[in-house]
Amino acid sequence: MSHIPLQHVLIFSTALFFIGMFGMFTRRNLITLLMSVELMLNSVNINLAAFNKYLYPQQTGGLFLALFIIIIAAAEAAIAIAIIINLYRSHHSIDVDDATEMKY
Amino acid sequence: MMPASAIFFYVIAAAILVTAILSVTTRRIFRAAIWLLLSLMGIAGIYFWLDMNFLAAVQIVVYVGGIVVLIIFSVFLTQGSGQSLPLPAKFRLFFSAVAVSLGLAFTIWILQGYGFLATAPEVPAVEMREIGKTMLSVQSGGYALPFELVSILLLAAMVACIAIAMKIPADKKND
Repeated sequence: MSHIPLQHVLIFSTALFFIGMFGMFTRRNLITLLMSVELMLNSVNINLAAFNKYLYPQQTGGLFLALFIIIIAAAEAAIAIAIIINLYRSHHSIDVDDATEMKY
Repeated sequence: MMPASAIFFYVIAAAILVTAILSVTTRRIFRAAIWLLLSLMGIAGIYFWLDMNFLAAVQIVVYVGGIVVLIIFSVFLTQGSGQSLPLPAKFRLFFSAVAVSLGLAFTIWILQGYGFLATAPEVPAVEMREIGKTMLSVQSGGYALPFELVSILLLAAMVACIAIAMKIPADKKND
């Protein structure tokens, strides 16, 4: 682990975050948007784990923060999928461009 | 000559980035879910490489075993695996790529110039027993309160999921 500088790990997680952001910008399907959000959350978790391990290896703060983010991401995914299923039932489509009732 | 663990990191990181790019660009939604699955498993590999075995186990159990399966379920409930998604508009693809590359370049520039603390000497991984004790400790530095809050959050999320996804019968809709 110590052969890799911290910057390389951070650059890797930044790249992963911006890949998720590219997905957010280009996708129009709710499920693929959810996948992009998961990628972004994971890149943040890698950051926390790397900071914990590189800078304060005798503490556990980064580990626990990453753990709670994973738990909240699980709750978020469950809610999002319930909303997607409900939307599909009423609109017969899960495209964000088709759900515009609350736009104005 | 790089040591084996360094090569392992670069290989895993490249695999994660490639599968993540495929996951956000493929037009078959089921394939996007499978690429996401591979990407998340690679991230569990990164946690193993960082010597955080507990986090890696949680990553596999929650993400690979839970969230991706949930996503695949919802793909089959709403889309089916056959149809491919429409291609996004050209200008949107172009400007998204430009914005994302600029953001990436800017962040990397900041990271290169930022003076992080010196890397601490490696210590043995935190034991599982220690993690469990810290999570339920009410002393300073313990995580009992966020643990309880998160369990309430999960309960609320469960109730909300059922309430949102429940099908209301047509004759009761106007009550």
